[in-house]
Amino acid sequence: MSSILSKIKKPFLLSILIISVLVAAGELKDGQFPDVDESVKIDNQECLKCHSKSKYTFENTMTEKVERHRMCSEHQVNPEEYYVSNHKSFRCTDCHSEEYLNFPHSGELRMEPKSTCMDCHGGDENYAKFNFEEIDREFGESVHSNSFSEDFSCWMCHDPHSYKINARTTENIKEIIAYDNSICLSCHANLDKYQLLTDNINPNVVTSHDWLPNQKVHFSSVRCIECHTEVTNDVLVAHKIRPKAQAVKKCVECHSQNSILMTTLYKFRAKEERSKLGFFNGAILGDTFVIGANRNYYLNVISIVFMMLAFGGIAIHVLLRIIIKK
Amino acid sequence: MSGRIYLYPLIIRLWHGCNALLILTLIFTGASLQYSNLEYPLMRFDLAVSIHNVAGILLTLTYIWFIISNIYTKNVVHYYLHIKGLFNRITTQLIYYTWGMFTGKTSPFPITAENKFNPLQRFTYVLAMYVFLPVLILSGWGLLFPGIVIHNIFGLGGIFWADLLHVVMAFLVSAFLIIHVYFCTIGATFYINFKSMIDGWHVSK
Ligand code: HEM
Repeated sequence: MSSILSKIKKPFLLSILIISVLVAAGELKDGQFPDVDESVKIDNQECLKCHSKSKYTFENTMTEKVERHRMCSEHQVNPEEYYVSNHKSFRCTDCHSEEYLNFPHSGELRMEPKSTCMDCHGGDENYAKFNFEEIDREFGESVHSNSFSEDFSCWMCHDPHSYKINARTTENIKEIIAYDNSICLSCHANLDKYQLLTDNINPNVVTSHDWLPNQKVHFSSVRCIECHTEVTNDVLVAHKIRPKAQAVKKCVECHSQNSILMTTLYKFRAKEERSKLGFFNGAILGDTFVIGANRNYYLNVISIVFMMLAFGGIAIHVLLRIIIKK
Repeated sequence: MSGRIYLYPLIIRLWHGCNALLILTLIFTGASLQYSNLEYPLMRFDLAVSIHNVAGILLTLTYIWFIISNIYTKNVVHYYLHIKGLFNRITTQLIYYTWGMFTGKTSPFPITAENKFNPLQRFTYVLAMYVFLPVLILSGWGLLFPGIVIHNIFGLGGIFWADLLHVVMAFLVSAFLIIHVYFCTIGATFYINFKSMIDGWHVSK
């Protein structure tokens, strides 16, 4: 009896393992991400069944054992993020060699040059209005690029497997701010990641911004790039991150009628509305308020008229007092 | 008929001096925040923010001082507004200021120890001290801690309304100040009322 058990034990356990691995392999639930083509999801599942996990399992044909290995984090792709990202409709093999479909992956594939953003986005008239060439040039002049030229690529901030454009598509400014700032903070508030590129000690953003009044409100109301980039009219979102010493530090640059926020954060809402009505009536009625920038045009007119009436009244009264009492 | 009446107790005079200084500071710094301009700054923005905050907190204290000292000295009775006939009394006073005082009429509401404000004064002082200032102070505290008060109670848009209220009230107080100071020059002599606010004695013709 015990010998039969021991005979079937191995294949039994093996099949349970295989079944459970298949089930757990993150088959997407039916109907999830409906705007992505089913065939894309099915094809990608071949890769994602391992690459969406921190541990992957395969049957070693040499040892005939099922083995479980760690997937390094750089090779992991989260389907939940990928299928809502900008690149969601791509097959993995659109950018990576088809040879990856074989497992184990051939060692030579490591030599395969990776596609870069500019391979698709550069020099294509579909993307002309975003002016990726200028973005690339600006980025080339930024501190990120100057200090870590080779290691720092677009991907550091715009992971092609998860990046989702926000500023042009979302109505909710707070969401844009939180999303964009989380990109900076993913290194600048995370020493492990920061030190992948540099031996510098990551300055604590909270203490280095000590001078900023109401820091919490600022951090949730504007993006880091508002003050830390050089804004030009050539690209939609400035990419030239300036050295620390050149960051905007004068309050009035934002807190004034001609606020730079109008050319950055509120650009997409306010393009045509930067008229005499200014900030107030243009962009952000409702969810934000910038002292010095939100001036109510009508209120201003009323207050000027009122003051003129008051002073005029006083002037007449003074005149009468002088004439009559003399 | 000229006379001297002791109308302004020391504690009220001291309050009034602090109050006036703080309000002037707040108006100046507040205006430089509201009309901030990169090329023509009235004053450095961050400095204006700090001074405005400190002066605002001090003004809260002097406001409490005003309330307590008014009750303590019973000066508060001069701030009771009797609605009945209020409009008529104010118009009578206004007619005196625009017509009567130039045609040799005597003041319709002569100043006495029991009745130290004329109806127009009484009305504007109540408005300034019991409407404008409390709203101004409360909205100011809200703006000082926007994350705590305004967001929690009124949502994100709240900060916009709080600021609007604050700015409107600040404007009304500024207007009050100008008119108030001007009316103070209409006394027995041009400057005698200012002297009253220093030594406490009111002088009438
Ligand atoms: C430079 C600024 C100011 C000057 C020169 C000034 C002058 C005077 C004078 C001369 C009086 C006494 C005459 C009267 O009662 O009509 C007075 C009383 C008064 N002022 Fe002012 N004032 C100033 C600012 C202010 C401000 C900013 C406020 C309030 C926001 C204020 C509120 C009052 C009140 C409530 C009284 C009556 C006090 C009482 O006896 O209960 N004043 N002021």
